[in-house]
Amino acid sequence: MAVTILFLGPMRDLAGMESCEVQAPLDWAGLLKAVNGEVAEQLLNRRVNVACGGEVLADKTSLNAGDGDEVALLPPVSGG
Amino acid sequence: MFDIRLLPSSLDSHSATDRLAAESPDAGGIATFIGKVRASESDLAAVEALELSHYEPLTLLGMNDLGYIARERFDLMGLVILHRTGRLFPGDPIVCVAAASRHRRDAIQAVDFCMDHLKSAAWFWKRELRGGEWHWIEPREQDNDDLARWCE
Repeated sequence: MAVTILFLGPMRDLAGMESCEVQAPLDWAGLLKAVNGEVAEQLLNRRVNVACGGEVLADKTSLNAGDGDEVALLPPVSGG
Repeated sequence: MFDIRLLPSSLDSHSATDRLAAESPDAGGIATFIGKVRASESDLAAVEALELSHYEPLTLLGMNDLGYIARERFDLMGLVILHRTGRLFPGDPIVCVAAASRHRRDAIQAVDFCMDHLKSAAWFWKRELRGGEWHWIEPREQDNDDLARWCE
C-alpha cells in the first residue's frame, strides 16, 4: 500500500499529472520532497491547503499520512 | 425540502424550483438565483467553455454544511443548492440557489448568503477556454469582501 497524492485545480498543471503514489508513511517534509519544486513552492503559500483522508488539515505541517490515505493538495479556490 | 447536489452533466433549475414551491405550500415567498456562464469578459477574448473541477470528499460536504448554516441563520422552509461540475458552455447554468420562507427577507438573504459562500469558500476550481487556450480563474479580492459582509 502507498499514499496517493492528488493535485487539484491549477496544481495539476504545475505537477504535470493528476496524482501519484508514494511510499507510506508521508509527513510534511516527505511531501515537500515527493513533489516537484514548483508544487513545493506553492505548498509553502499559506493559502494552499492540504487534506488527508478527506479532512482539511488545520496545520498542514502536521501531515501524517499512512497506508491507503489520500493526500489532496488544494490551491485557493477560483473566484466568480 | 432541502435539496443540495452536485451535478456532473446538466442542471434543471425549473424542476428544482417548481418542486421547492410545491413542497413549501406555507411559504410566503421564494427567492431564486441562477448563475450562468458569461459569454465574454470585457477586454478578453470570448469564452468558449468553462470547466469546473472539484474534490469529491470535500465539495459536497462543504455545500451541505453551508445549507445547515443557512437554515440556522435564516427562517427557511426549504432550500435548494445545485452546482454543476464538468465542462460548460456560454449560457449554461452553473449554479441554482433557491430559498423558501414565510417572509421575503429571509429567502432573499439566504440566497445572497449562500452565493457569497459558494463563490469564495466552496471547493471548486474553474478554468476558461479562451482563444483556444485554457486559463485558470484566480481568486478575486471582491469575493472575500462579499464574504466579509456576513461576519459583522
